[in-house]
Amino acid sequence: MQSPIVKKTVAISNPQGLHARPAELFARLALQFESDVEVIREGNRVDAKSILHVLTLGASQGTELTLQAHGVDAEDAIEALVRLVESDFATDETMSQESPS
Amino acid sequence: MKFVDFVSREAIRTTIDVDDKEQVIRAMASALLEAGRISEEQHEGIVEAILKREELGSTGIGRGVAVPHTKHPSVDELVGTVAVSENGVDFDSLDGEKVHLLFLLISPPDRPGDHLRALENISRQLRDDTFCKFLKQSRTPEDVWQLLEEADNNQFV
Repeated sequence: MQSPIVKKTVAISNPQGLHARPAELFARLALQFESDVEVIREGNRVDAKSILHVLTLGASQGTELTLQAHGVDAEDAIEALVRLVESDFATDETMSQESPS
Repeated sequence: MKFVDFVSREAIRTTIDVDDKEQVIRAMASALLEAGRISEEQHEGIVEAILKREELGSTGIGRGVAVPHTKHPSVDELVGTVAVSENGVDFDSLDGEKVHLLFLLISPPDRPGDHLRALENISRQLRDDTFCKFLKQSRTPEDVWQLLEEADNNQFV
């Protein structure tokens, strides 16, 4: 059986954009899957498993990103990553913590 | 956003001889203080905020690079500096590698776009093997500055 390619487009809703903390959460999650996972922004493809690569996208609020996975667990990888982005990086406490009152 | 737009030339350090995260962050903040980019009164608060941010998750982004940062109301534009550590610093990076290049960033709370563009620039330039290698081999602030200027002029990507 051939390993499938799964693709889905999501938009960044975080007002701060895809900054360091979300990029870390994203890469960390992508690393849990065996499949190769790429993030594509306007033809620019990067490795979803590298924080450095994900940060090169400079994805601000509203930016649409296409996530593409290729491998045995491609479906699960895309589902999990889309959920993370759509939840606005649910565990993202960075911004409140970063702004001292 | 170019490196010269946010890196304080006078605060670049290449002779930082420390072995832990807190020490290197303190040394970089002190360099910004000495360069007159942050004030004495805000110095400790800024260090604490950066360390607190590190507790959430390491800012080691891979390839021996880290971007410790915070937002802080005492700055009205993005303030940054660079440090090179020959021996490397343990930073709990996702890829497990020691950190040799650090870009410390302090941004005004109301300017998330500038912060994001600085991160984009740093990561995009460091993806280039030659630039990354040369920067790690820099032994004087002048070498670092020259490389940053060359990168700004698109000599690496």
